Amino acid sequence: MILQVLAQIPTDGVTAPLVEESTSRLVTPRIPWSYLTPQLILFLGAVIGVALVALLPKRLPKYLSALATVVLAAGTLVSIVPLWGRVGNAREGAISAWSGAIGVDRFGLFVTALICLAVLVTALFADSYLRREGLDGPEFYLLLMTAAFGASIMAISNDLIVLFVGVEILSISSYVLTAMHARRVTSQEAGLKYLVLGGFASAVLLYGLALIYGATGSTNLLQIQVFLSERVLTSDGLLLGGLGLMMAGFGFKVGAAPFHMWTPDVYQGAPTPVSGFMASAVKTAAFAGMIRVFVVGFGSAAELWRPIVFVMAVLSLLVGSIVSVVQSNVKRMLAYSSIAHAGFILLGVHSATERGTSAALFYLASYTAMALGSFGIVALAARRGEHLQKLSDLRGFATAHPGLALAFALLLFAQSGVPLTGGFIAKLGVIGAAVDQGDWALAVVAMITAVISTFMYLRIIVSMFFVGGGDHGEEPAGFEGPPVNVSWTSMVGLGIVVVATLFLGILPGTVKHWSNQAVVEMVRDSGR
Amino acid sequence: MQNSYLMLGAALFAIGSFGLLIRRNPLVMFMCIELMLNAVNITFVAFSKQLDDVAGQAVVFFVLVIAAAEVVVGLGIIVAIMRRRPNVNADDLSLMKG
Repeated sequence: MILQVLAQIPTDGVTAPLVEESTSRLVTPRIPWSYLTPQLILFLGAVIGVALVALLPKRLPKYLSALATVVLAAGTLVSIVPLWGRVGNAREGAISAWSGAIGVDRFGLFVTALICLAVLVTALFADSYLRREGLDGPEFYLLLMTAAFGASIMAISNDLIVLFVGVEILSISSYVLTAMHARRVTSQEAGLKYLVLGGFASAVLLYGLALIYGATGSTNLLQIQVFLSERVLTSDGLLLGGLGLMMAGFGFKVGAAPFHMWTPDVYQGAPTPVSGFMASAVKTAAFAGMIRVFVVGFGSAAELWRPIVFVMAVLSLLVGSIVSVVQSNVKRMLAYSSIAHAGFILLGVHSATERGTSAALFYLASYTAMALGSFGIVALAARRGEHLQKLSDLRGFATAHPGLALAFALLLFAQSGVPLTGGFIAKLGVIGAAVDQGDWALAVVAMITAVISTFMYLRIIVSMFFVGGGDHGEEPAGFEGPPVNVSWTSMVGLGIVVVATLFLGILPGTVKHWSNQAVVEMVRDSGR
Repeated sequence: MQNSYLMLGAALFAIGSFGLLIRRNPLVMFMCIELMLNAVNITFVAFSKQLDDVAGQAVVFFVLVIAAAEVVVGLGIIVAIMRRRPNVNADDLSLMKG
């Protein structure tokens, strides 16, 4: 059938070689595999890993899975470096493959690099955590890699269906990761809540996608972009409905209010390294998808979706900062603070400019480091059996473990936006992008809520550093329970995130430059 | 004619989402999600016919595969919880609050 159709194509000068070549054999799309090296490493790593685990003898060294994950994540990072140059230069530029379903540009590579860093640090923290909790085995790491694969697919998808497949690969892996701690009831409860609400959000996202397909006639972002730029849409119910539903789905995935209900429960119940991974990699991937679809794909219809993002940003900032103040569980506090951070990143999305995108990317980079470190320290301080629940459990932590307490304080200060840390430059960037577009109201709300959340971060720091009598005049209590064992892998992970946080604050130039270069470029599939 | 298929999709989607909000049995809630996903499939096929574009029908296969994968994981988690606490419903799962 295909061959017959091809034979009817007139053989003029341009198409002649193509037709001659293709009449002899079936036409297959030409796929530039080398551009997909980062995704291939993650995917093949996970698939071959599963096969090896099934085939190899049971008694493998315990550190092997963590080591393999770290090596693969580092390998992915290294493979991004040459691609960054190839995609960026004028001769080759960004590419599009699989008839435009996937587009590799610097934006996608930047996000993939962040996700790989998150995998690397999570694996370092998880090694000692999983052994301590008696959960050690290759499953956690394999799921971490499939999740990272899905996340990186989201970052390079140029088609709504590919994006949805990426979302689901990431989500389904995270459901299992959340429910991983089979002996703790809270972990299972969190897993079920995440599964039900996540499935609901996926269905809403997919329905929005269907409506957009109906309104524009395509699921390809480039074709949607062309479709929208050729028409002036005044009131298209289908498109508006689709945009609203898709925004709700993305709002859920990034954990922005009013779709944030799952965040505190899931972050609290999930194994702590998984909470860190969700705050960093899952959030980063969801924002990457959101920016690709809305800022670029629906860029010319920005006036339709910007009001929704405005409301989401304001609500996230207010809910995240105010509700976090009244929490007593440390992981819940960090979960609410992640909602507030989502609000800040939405400021960058709301501006719908290249400056906003690069500010959001820089924010994601610095938040990745801060969130991984904060949850990592909570995982260490909790010890076997999750002793760290309430804020008062942290009392005396600084006297018992001054180094860890200092690192935790630094990461919390960074989250609140203290100068000389990555958090300050990041907040400056998104607020600057908002002011650039004349959104003074949004900028003012952001700054006020930053002050409110600072109070919450100070509460954690005060409870660590000041032993003093309790609120009701009882005897000062020290840091109780078994001692904290800090393995060298956790030290390395902690070192990476602390250095990254300080580096982003003191010398932000390099990463700022990269995030400025990381613009989304949608090009036609040239068949190259 | 096509519009009625779209209406059917919308109605099924609404039934699914209301069911998710009303029912408390984890298994039934999970079935409601599947209903929502299949309502979207109907919508995709209806649009595909309307636009005379085969891409919409191809999407359905992706959604089916994803729904199947979600069922595998979802039932695994539900079974793990049911084994520990038989007859559990969504309101009982309230260890974490705040």
